[in-house]
Amino acid sequence: MTKPVVEIPVDREIDTSQMKVTDEVAIQIANMNKWYGSFHVLRDINMTVKRGERIVICGPSGSGKSTLIRCINRLEEHQAGQIIVDGTELTGDLKNIDKVRSEVGMVFQHFNLFPHLTILENCTLAPIWVRKTPKREAEEIAMHFLQKVKIPEQAHKYPGQLSGGQQQRVAIARSLCMKPRIMLFDEPTSALDPEMIKEVLDTMIALAEEGMTMLCVTHEMGFAQAVANRVIFMDQGQIVEQNEPRAFFNNPQSERTKLFLSQILGH
Amino acid sequence: MSNVEAHTVAYVRDTMIAQQSPPLAESGAIRWLRSNLFSGWLNSVLTVVSLLAIFLAVKAIAPWLLNAVWNAGSLAECRAILDGATGACFAVIRDRWHQLLFGFYPPQFYWRPVLALVLLFVAIAPVLFTGLPRKMLIFSALYPFIGYHLIWGGSAWFPVSVLLGFVAGVAAYVILRNLNGLVAIFGAIMAPFAWWFLAAGPFDAAMSAAIPLGLDFVRSDRIGGFLIALIVGVTAIALSLPVGIILALGRQSDMLFLKTICVVFIEFIRGVPLITLLFSASLLLNYFLPPGTTFDLILRVIIMVTLFASAYMAEVIRGGLAALPKGQYEAADALGLDYWKAQRLIIMPQALKISIPGIVNTFIGLFKDTTLLVFIAILEPLALANAIRADTNWNGIYWELFIFIGALFFIFCFGMSRYSMYLEQKLKTDHR
Repeated sequence: MTKPVVEIPVDREIDTSQMKVTDEVAIQIANMNKWYGSFHVLRDINMTVKRGERIVICGPSGSGKSTLIRCINRLEEHQAGQIIVDGTELTGDLKNIDKVRSEVGMVFQHFNLFPHLTILENCTLAPIWVRKTPKREAEEIAMHFLQKVKIPEQAHKYPGQLSGGQQQRVAIARSLCMKPRIMLFDEPTSALDPEMIKEVLDTMIALAEEGMTMLCVTHEMGFAQAVANRVIFMDQGQIVEQNEPRAFFNNPQSERTKLFLSQILGH
Repeated sequence: MSNVEAHTVAYVRDTMIAQQSPPLAESGAIRWLRSNLFSGWLNSVLTVVSLLAIFLAVKAIAPWLLNAVWNAGSLAECRAILDGATGACFAVIRDRWHQLLFGFYPPQFYWRPVLALVLLFVAIAPVLFTGLPRKMLIFSALYPFIGYHLIWGGSAWFPVSVLLGFVAGVAAYVILRNLNGLVAIFGAIMAPFAWWFLAAGPFDAAMSAAIPLGLDFVRSDRIGGFLIALIVGVTAIALSLPVGIILALGRQSDMLFLKTICVVFIEFIRGVPLITLLFSASLLLNYFLPPGTTFDLILRVIIMVTLFASAYMAEVIRGGLAALPKGQYEAADALGLDYWKAQRLIIMPQALKISIPGIVNTFIGLFKDTTLLVFIAILEPLALANAIRADTNWNGIYWELFIFIGALFFIFCFGMSRYSMYLEQKLKTDHR
């Protein structure tokens, strides 16, 4: 393997044994278009995500990458084309939307934890009210995932008492408590101090090692190189280039991609 | 450290400085005095002037209160006892307190409103303090019927038959829930009305005939004084919060008609003085309702005051909703919570918490607005104060009555204000 273009800020070996991509389709997006008013934000998006795939989406700000993954759990509505998640097509049907949302976890840039609930309550809320899991069982599941993100001792604190990195790890645990089959990450490390980025990336890598299907909008190119099996570059609402990471970083084809990479890696 | 930096560019700290206590002059009473009372010449002058003002106020009022006469049959007697000195004549309160509190409620039944008030505190305790056993909420739910029966009396089967209407609604919902959510909600709304219009009357009559049970009936026009202020105030407070929440949500809704109805309602009610609504409650409703409908004036007033307060409440809560970051809605959506669950579990607890000062402000305003009932000939405390002053014995007295009424209102309003501060403190989860 050639020398990595950027270092990933974690100091451990990554176990790729579970990171297998199956042939099963997790997400299918066909000819999808979206407008904000008259502004064409997403233009003719076509992509297929296989189960177990880890995809990093990057691009300049305003390129539509966040909007794209927010369409996958219909936080944003698309106006044309098709999005099929786990065999369920996203339409106006509220039942389908809630079904998809309970199967797709999402982690936000600003964590969006519920400040009036403790960490444990944040994690058990959706399993209890959406999945109808008994409270005791939901708490056990929550503690299991809090252990996994390495903050079980914070379970009875409130989000406001935690650092940004800890809050983001709680947000990941909260999503995992719903046992999602797909995880979406919308710039999960962009609001964090450099020292905290590492702990969140560590958690995400651990998730990848277990074979989770992941779509990450991120500028952590080290993470993309180490974990992703596909990098998608977007600009002006379109997919400009996609490739497996080594080729993407070492041999970008489009001029736009080259310019973008030179700007974010060139320091 | 600055010396070190001035001499050399490179600097490495070898020992960290441990925490130390502040200098003596920076702590204790001296510091408090200096920073709170005498922190500059302007502040020192203000402190002295304030002390002087307090002294003069106390000097003016104290003799009036200290010389107060508590035992006298009339104002003239009071003046004779005082013999030229300044002094309050609180004898009027001693003579007429029962009227100021209960209006013309039959004296032999005073225990009923008093018991109702005591039970009111029992009923709201579990709502106000979450530490109390949750089973007490069952009593809170039953309290409106108990309170009504204690104050108005009549056949005990009447409140029971009204209550059974709600039971019918819940039963209809539970039975139809498995069929379809919308049908269940429709059934839950229709079943109580069906019961009230078709079965409640015969049920009440039959049961009253079979097992006569109840208290002596007290007509609405006998009820007055602080009792009426509490009845109207407490009922309107309890109802305006849920109505306000629904209006606020309706105003935020995407459904055009619902939204328009809510906006028109809120803007209309807020744009009209309360006294106008009260006059229409006392006069106009009679013209619009079918002839022969007897619709208790107190009930009409409660409806109007509730509508008035809920319009304000809706705007206060809308402020709370607007203050919530969009991310909270998105996180709730992303976890698969539907609209009502998201509202109940995520949005409302936070929006209401933000709105507590505004909500309590509206409550206090509403409670004090019940004094406006004086204008539609309801015997609230001010109306009775006027009546007492019209009596030849007490002609010319006013401060003492208004101080008493003011003190009663103050106790309740101050209690609400303190509770809201306690609640704000309790719900504070951001920096602990």
